[in-house]
Amino acid sequence: MKYLFTLIIAILGGFLARLYMLRRDYRQYPSYPQGWAIHLFLGFIGGSIGAIIVPALLEGEYSAVSFLLLAASQFREVRNVERQTLSAMESTEMVKRGTAYIEGIARVFEARNYLAIWVALSVAVTSELLVGLGWWRTAVCGVVGVLLTVVLVRLMQGDKISDIATVELTDFRFEGALVVVGETVMMNVGLPDARKVYEERGLAAIIRPNGPNAKATLANLGQMQAIAHDVSSMIGVYMDVGEQEFIPMVRRNPSVGSLHVLMVASEKDEAAFLEAIRRVPVLEGAIRKPLTSAAGKLVD
Amino acid sequence: MDKQILAVCAMDKTKVGGGAPIFYAADQDELSEIAMMISRVFGAAVHDLHNGVLIIVKH
Repeated sequence: MKYLFTLIIAILGGFLARLYMLRRDYRQYPSYPQGWAIHLFLGFIGGSIGAIIVPALLEGEYSAVSFLLLAASQFREVRNVERQTLSAMESTEMVKRGTAYIEGIARVFEARNYLAIWVALSVAVTSELLVGLGWWRTAVCGVVGVLLTVVLVRLMQGDKISDIATVELTDFRFEGALVVVGETVMMNVGLPDARKVYEERGLAAIIRPNGPNAKATLANLGQMQAIAHDVSSMIGVYMDVGEQEFIPMVRRNPSVGSLHVLMVASEKDEAAFLEAIRRVPVLEGAIRKPLTSAAGKLVD
Repeated sequence: MDKQILAVCAMDKTKVGGGAPIFYAADQDELSEIAMMISRVFGAAVHDLHNGVLIIVKH
C-alpha cells in the first residue's frame, strides 16, 4: 500500500476540518450528540473522497476519479435533509426561524462538506508531492491542512448585523392600543394587561443600516424574521404558547430603511438585548447590493 | 388565508355586525376580560379598534 500514508493523513485532515467547522453555540444546531455523529461521518466520507482522488489520478484510474466526483455530488442531498429537518421542527419553535434562515443553514451544511473535501484533497496533494521528505511530510501536511481550514472558514464567515448597521436602544410608546417606535407602528395590543407587561418589561431597538446596500439587505423579510428568532433564542422571550401579543416584532421604517425591534424579553437586560441583535448573522440569501447596478448608483 | 377574525367584542350594538361571533360587554373591564378569555382559548391576539370594539385575530 504505497499510498497508505497519504490516504490516512488526508482523510484525517478532511475529518478534522469538518470537526473544527462544527460549532456548538446558542443555536444548538446541529444537535449534540446525534447531529454531530451524522455530520462527522459525512465529513469522514468527504475526507475520503478528497483523499482517494489523488492516488486514483496518479494510478491513471480515471473511471475511479469520475465515480468519486459523482459521489461528491451526493452531498447535495445534505442540504435537502437539513431543510426537511428544520422545516419539520419549525412548528415547535415559539418564534419561527423562517424559510430564508432555514435555507441559509442548509446551504452552510452542504458547503462545509465540500470544504472538508478541499482540505483532504490539498493534504493528499501535498503528501504526494513530498514523498521523499520522510517524517517532515507529516508536519508539512498538518500545516497545509490547518492553514487551508482556517482560511476557508474565515472566507466562509458571513457578516453580522453589527457589520452592516448600528444598533441602538430606543423608546417606545403607546398611542391608544398601538405600540409605536419612533414613527413606526409596531402592532396593536388590545388588552390593557398586555400593554402593562410591555410598559414594564418591553425592550425596543433601532437598527440603522450603514448604506444603501445594507438598507436593501435589511429590507428582506427573511432577515427580519431571522433577527426576531435569533434574538429570542439568545436572550429568551416572555411568552407562552398562544400569547401572540408578545411575539417579537421587527418592522421597517420605509422612509429611512431602518428596522425597529420590539420584544418582551424574559429578563429585561438592555445590554444583552443589543448584543444579541448585533450578533445575528446576515443571511446569505438576504444580501442585496444595489450599489453595483447603474440604477442603484443613480438613486444613491 | 393566514389571518382571520375569530370574534368581535363590543359594548355598543350599533358598531358591530356581520359574520364573526359577537360578544357584548356592559363596560370596559368586562370587554377586556371577555377578549382575554377568548384570545387565550384560541391562542390569538386581541386588537383594539379604538371605538370600544376589540377583535380577536388569529395570525
